[in-house]
Amino acid sequence: MKTDHNKQIPAFEVHDLTVAFDKKPVLWNIDLQIPQGKLVGIIGPNGAGKSTLIKASMGLLPISSGYVKILNEPIDEVRQHVSYVPQRESVDWDFPASVMDVVLMGRYTQAGMFRPLRQADKDIATDCLKQVGMLQFADRQISQLSGGQQQRTFLARALAQQADLYFMDEPFAGVDAATEKTIIGLLRSITDSGKTVLVVHHDLQSVQQYFDWVILLNTRLIASGAVTEAFTSELLKETYGGKLSILSEVGNLIRRESFPNRETTLP
Amino acid sequence: MSINDWYIILTASVVSASCAILGCFLVLRKMAMVGDAISHAVLPGIVIAFLISGSRDSLIMVAGASAIGLLTTFIIEFLHRRGRLQSDAAIGVTFTSLFAAGVILVSAFTGKIDLDQDCVLYGEIAYVPLDLFITDGGTIVGPRALIIGVVVLLFISGFVWIGFRPLALTTFDPAYAGTIGVSAALWHYLLMGSVSVTTVASFESVGAILVVALLIGPATTSYLLTDNLKIMILLSVLTGIIASAGGYFLAVRMDGSIAGAIASVNGVLFLLAMLFSPRHGLITKKIGRKISAPVQSE
Repeated sequence: MKTDHNKQIPAFEVHDLTVAFDKKPVLWNIDLQIPQGKLVGIIGPNGAGKSTLIKASMGLLPISSGYVKILNEPIDEVRQHVSYVPQRESVDWDFPASVMDVVLMGRYTQAGMFRPLRQADKDIATDCLKQVGMLQFADRQISQLSGGQQQRTFLARALAQQADLYFMDEPFAGVDAATEKTIIGLLRSITDSGKTVLVVHHDLQSVQQYFDWVILLNTRLIASGAVTEAFTSELLKETYGGKLSILSEVGNLIRRESFPNRETTLP
Repeated sequence: MSINDWYIILTASVVSASCAILGCFLVLRKMAMVGDAISHAVLPGIVIAFLISGSRDSLIMVAGASAIGLLTTFIIEFLHRRGRLQSDAAIGVTFTSLFAAGVILVSAFTGKIDLDQDCVLYGEIAYVPLDLFITDGGTIVGPRALIIGVVVLLFISGFVWIGFRPLALTTFDPAYAGTIGVSAALWHYLLMGSVSVTTVASFESVGAILVVALLIGPATTSYLLTDNLKIMILLSVLTGIIASAGGYFLAVRMDGSIAGAIASVNGVLFLLAMLFSPRHGLITKKIGRKISAPVQSE
């Protein structure tokens, strides 16, 4: 597999993508390109197709029309370079496994599904646990973890994949403030090394602080661009439609966008 | 103890071991009832295989039953996905229909095939030593059911040994497995195929109703005893063997059904695990041992 990608090619490219469940479109004619090295927020109301965009891009859902390219290749050619962090609630945490067991799953692509893991793989997993601040919990059973610790475990597994593109489905859902801070710091260090991270995100308040690129989605693509250009009052209104409470929230946000600290922007 | 006692205990043990290994994955996948469904639904497969081949050739039986077992999983998935039926309802309507078809076949062709309804429902492990496998040269190898059981156990152990990682991964996190190119559907059907094969091997010994006890009993017991999947599988095999031996002696003592006694001992072992498991046991918790760190509520 090639490992050094031309920095000019887009990390993630979607062309005329339509995804439908039972003939009802969930994503309609999506067209976008994300440059490499960006921390990208995927924003939109519930049912806007945010998770669907990720799952369809990873080949987990059938595509009705259009195509997705990752680092200029179809997904099946570059699976080793792409990492996916599912929603935390999507798995059964009572499964008999330790934190280390889960993180080692991240090495399956590189180590081979049927070959034994080597010491190098275990060292990488240990290092990833250290990065998310979970090393002391390596042997803990996963059902004994808090929500934030579960999320960190998933993040460590993704790091262990050593991918170039990361898809994360709501990594901030139901985690404590300390974990949120740890996670965003990690994502920033990933993108600083030239890799790309796409995050499904719900909290509009923190968008400007966290991301440098946003995808505004509501079945159709409303906008995709640098936060400074795409995260505007008009485009957000278009994304969220007539939801008044959110609209006023958006109004406040835009007015106060010069204040980066979200605690001080709360009324 | 005579050699016949040993034959019966050994047969029950190897059958239990195969069931226990697969049962662990069924329980963790929340598919315990799919195991139940397959174990019943293979009946028409077995009967049709008998009728076509006119023999008790194990290979044909296994093939016929596996085909029906896989068909059962396909039908359940189809009714659930396309028919918009709840999955438990889909399971219920599928396996009862197939099992009923099998019962009709058995009763209609009673004279022609070597199967009777009691045997189908409850099994007859006491007859295991009577049905010997004799080679063409005239050497007695051992009871047919035992030999089939050993072959199936070797097959199942090999399958789980080689496929351990993909099986565990698609059980824990099928979506993630898909993103790294491990097909959850493929391993689902491989597992279901294995359950079908195992069910056929268990059928004559313990019957359609009690094979579920072997699939689910040891797996749930060991699930309560450990937090490590490999240990869980080993413990479930051990549990299955203990229940087989214990059940046999209980049955001899009471002069009752062996299969019934084995299933009952499985139930008792589960109850003990539920009460006294080191971490999850109801009594253990009451006694006030310090339980590991509290889980943060969301």
